[in-house]
Amino acid sequence: MTRSLDVRAEHLLRDLTPQVLGAVIRRFHDFAACEDAVQEALLVAADRWPREGLPDHPRAWLIRVASRRMVDHFRNEEARARREAVVAEQSPQHAAPADAAVDPEHDDSVVLLFMCCHRALTTASAIALTLRAVGGLTTAEIANAFMVPEATMAQRISRAKQTIKDSGVPFELPSDRERGERLSAVLHVLYLIFNEGYTSSFGPNLHREELSSEAIRLARIVHDQLAEEPEVAGLLALMLLTDARRAARTGSTGELIPLNEQDRTLWDRDQIAKGVALVSATLPKGAVGPYQLQAAIAAVHDEAERVEDTDWPQILALYGVLKRMNDNPMVVLNHAIATAMVHGPGAGLELLESLDRDKRLHGRHRLDAVRAHLLELAGDVEGALERYETAARLATNIPERDYLLKQAARVRQERGRRPV
Amino acid sequence: MKYMMMMNAPGGPYRIFDWSKKDVEAHMAFMHSFNKDLTEAGEFVLGEGLSGPDQAKRVRADEKGAPITDGVFPESKEFLAGFWIIDVESPERAYELAAKVSAAPGPGGKPLNMPIELRQVMSGPPPKE
Repeated sequence: MTRSLDVRAEHLLRDLTPQVLGAVIRRFHDFAACEDAVQEALLVAADRWPREGLPDHPRAWLIRVASRRMVDHFRNEEARARREAVVAEQSPQHAAPADAAVDPEHDDSVVLLFMCCHRALTTASAIALTLRAVGGLTTAEIANAFMVPEATMAQRISRAKQTIKDSGVPFELPSDRERGERLSAVLHVLYLIFNEGYTSSFGPNLHREELSSEAIRLARIVHDQLAEEPEVAGLLALMLLTDARRAARTGSTGELIPLNEQDRTLWDRDQIAKGVALVSATLPKGAVGPYQLQAAIAAVHDEAERVEDTDWPQILALYGVLKRMNDNPMVVLNHAIATAMVHGPGAGLELLESLDRDKRLHGRHRLDAVRAHLLELAGDVEGALERYETAARLATNIPERDYLLKQAARVRQERGRRPV
Repeated sequence: MKYMMMMNAPGGPYRIFDWSKKDVEAHMAFMHSFNKDLTEAGEFVLGEGLSGPDQAKRVRADEKGAPITDGVFPESKEFLAGFWIIDVESPERAYELAAKVSAAPGPGGKPLNMPIELRQVMSGPPPKE
């Protein structure tokens, strides 16, 4: 089911997917069936367009093909209902109204995103459904990105659609009362997709890095339509500013290169400028939220041409605000690192003590990894070694584990060289 | 998150060759429906049953790198009978699935309560800093 198409047509199809799906849903209502019909229309387009050339109105063309599928779908349903002798008393409410119901300029992409990122779904289902219904990826492509069989991903998507159907979420923008919470669910899913995108081609799975670009594309769609929402701009800026370091973040064999060792000439300056401009324009508007703050922190890092130019006092101040807004232990960890950079490792280590009893970090490697780093800065070689080893044992990500193992080996070796 | 779920059958009571036809069928039907449910839940990645320990070989390389194969281990107390790779939302869900497999029916339809070993599968390239 993989499409083969030139890049331009592929992009056009992907961009049109949510608009076409929105139009078809407005006409036929049944989200699950419409979504299948649009996927089929995309496959037909991928087959025909390269041979026959682009139609004059690609969007209208796709809506027409998908609508025909929907009409077939309802005919089949009716025929089946008749065969099963279930008297088809339902009024023909499914029958398509006139074509005029489809406003060619109307764009429902954001309405669709609200639907696909609904809290009734598990995060894995919301991610899969968003990538298919809004991103226009095929099930095979999504399965490939997450390294599960296509049948498993197909089930995940079909269950997600069933959940949406059962929950009766209307196909419309959420009310003002719900809007904040629903928007934050959308942003969270986009952020997860962004983080799923691997930073380098690794192993058998060469497509995974594209998930980051896909998340940026989807965030742009939301930003285009909800430009007045500061957290949308914040998330888009955060993605641009983080993704700008992509080329420097991993070495030739996929090994992790931490921020302070990256070759900053590999950073994408153009993308950094865009991210900085976006976050600078957003912050003064008030209503500062976690994505804007994280974007601001990323901007401070990105603006330092050399690691020693990093404006740590400013980063510390930003983490201070973020910490008050958000009790995420990862924020506390980063706040401790910034504190160590400004006030010395001892001050950072002191802050880490508050995390020892935090269940959310229990059994995870990050607290040990940060503590190892700060202990080493403080000159406690034995303590650092012990913590690096613990962190390496707990890590569940191969490049991170390898990085921590190498840190431990390095500290062990340096200890060996010290005069006793 | 992905887990490997290893089904360790005890060398003793899991002598499926001694079971009645009805018990064998019930066991197989259970495994079949377990796999089907896993796929329908969107959690199945891979699942395989392994041939018996009497078929197992231990292989080592000699000085030239050539394989030296070593014996048959029919008397082992416990052996790996099969494994799955599952992709689940939480560790708790993995425990739940492991418990389900553990209670696969044995002789007389009684749950076997086999030990199931769960190991998290490491992920690939690093998340963003």
